Amino acid sequence: MNFATIGQNIIKLFIKYWDKFLITGLEYTLSLAAITVCVGAVFGALIALMRMSRVAPLRWIAAVYTEIIRGTPMLLQLYLFYFALPMLIPILNKQQYACVAIALVCNSAAYVSEIIRSGIQAVDIGQTEAARSLGLSQRLTMTEIILPQAIKNILPALANEFIMVIKDTSLASTFFIGDLMTQCLLVKGATYLTIEPLVIVGIIYFVLTFILSKLVGVMERRMRRGDIR
Amino acid sequence: MEISDKLIQVRDLKKYYNGENIKALNGISIDINKGDVMVVIGPSGSGKSTFLRSLNLLEIPTSGSIIFEGVDITQKRGPDGKKLDIDLHRQKMGMVFQHFNLFPHKTILQNMTLAPVKVKGMPLADAEKKAMDLLTRVGLADRADAFPIQLSGGQKQRVAIVRALAMEPDVMLFDEPTSALDPEMVGEVLDVMRGLARSGMTMVVVTHEMGFAREVGNRVVFMDDGKILEEGTPDSVFNHPQNERLQDFLSKVLV
Repeated sequence: MNFATIGQNIIKLFIKYWDKFLITGLEYTLSLAAITVCVGAVFGALIALMRMSRVAPLRWIAAVYTEIIRGTPMLLQLYLFYFALPMLIPILNKQQYACVAIALVCNSAAYVSEIIRSGIQAVDIGQTEAARSLGLSQRLTMTEIILPQAIKNILPALANEFIMVIKDTSLASTFFIGDLMTQCLLVKGATYLTIEPLVIVGIIYFVLTFILSKLVGVMERRMRRGDIR
Repeated sequence: MEISDKLIQVRDLKKYYNGENIKALNGISIDINKGDVMVVIGPSGSGKSTFLRSLNLLEIPTSGSIIFEGVDITQKRGPDGKKLDIDLHRQKMGMVFQHFNLFPHKTILQNMTLAPVKVKGMPLADAEKKAMDLLTRVGLADRADAFPIQLSGGQKQRVAIVRALAMEPDVMLFDEPTSALDPEMVGEVLDVMRGLARSGMTMVVVTHEMGFAREVGNRVVFMDDGKILEEGTPDSVFNHPQNERLQDFLSKVLV
């Protein structure tokens, strides 16, 4: 193995296929991650509320759901959704992207629900007591007092989840969705080069997540500044 | 005494935790009359905070009844047969906590107008005017746009008191309002409470401030082991204590 050749090949490959990596691949990866986190956050919030509900069966359903999702491999879930969803819902037939997106959403929702639940529970119980003692209903207490404070706790963790999901979307390449990792496989197939496309895609993933995690850091510091005033 | 003078009637109130292993309240019966300034004293773990927090159902009692303005608020249904709306009764019971519990994401003014506007439906301008009046009364009008984090402990507690007053409650419950304060800030909070008592507000105060109990209270209640062991005027409780455990307690605290 010659490192100089690999270096040259990487540059050549990138010049030839840069649009596959930086346009198509990045587009699919980022769109999948964005859909996953946004829709996942909505479902995650729902599951979190169910887990804290006074209705016991709702609590059980939510708990069982999160435990199963967190206790099984993501790749397995992707396979299951990929093959089972079209059988259950015929319009999803041949809609690989949708099936994978749904699988990712279902997975992320479980993790996000735990983030949201811990964010809500981290708000001092005294806040609830003060609000309720003023006559605020449970709902008003949630929307006016608890959630605004919880969101502040949650946002950085949610942003980190987004970074995790970006990496998780690479599993979608199992089904040739078109994401960065799929492009890697496609270029490999076209050029018979293995290492080079992996390095290129690895660098893109790293730059992406590195920038995002730095942004999250800045965001966290900004928010803490709000506490000191 | 007429029935109408009785604001809160507590009957055989019990609160058990962990089955029956911990009896935080073990049969409390007492009447709180309009205009009373009732000071509840007792050692730590005597159940005095649990008693106070039961009065507006922050603690749900195991058994017994709390009749507030003629309605037993421990029941699931009100006298009209409809589901009892505890929020409605809590509006008339202001509560002040040891740790202030101001809402950190809202300004002082927003802390005070939230409940009047959202719960009572008061127009914002009216609520703000009322809040400013109250803040002026406790000397904090210039801090209306500050956030709680910018205030000292004593200032926070004064805001917490007027926040509760903004709902125009019929009774004010104080749960160790000066226990979390630096010593030099205790006075300013007690001053506000003294003024409130003088204005005729019905107050139930759980405190370790014996001086305040003696000076401002018209009734002093001594609790231990979840029971009321002695009750009377400050003079009788502090100067002629009958119960042995009260005598023991008073010998250990500065009066």
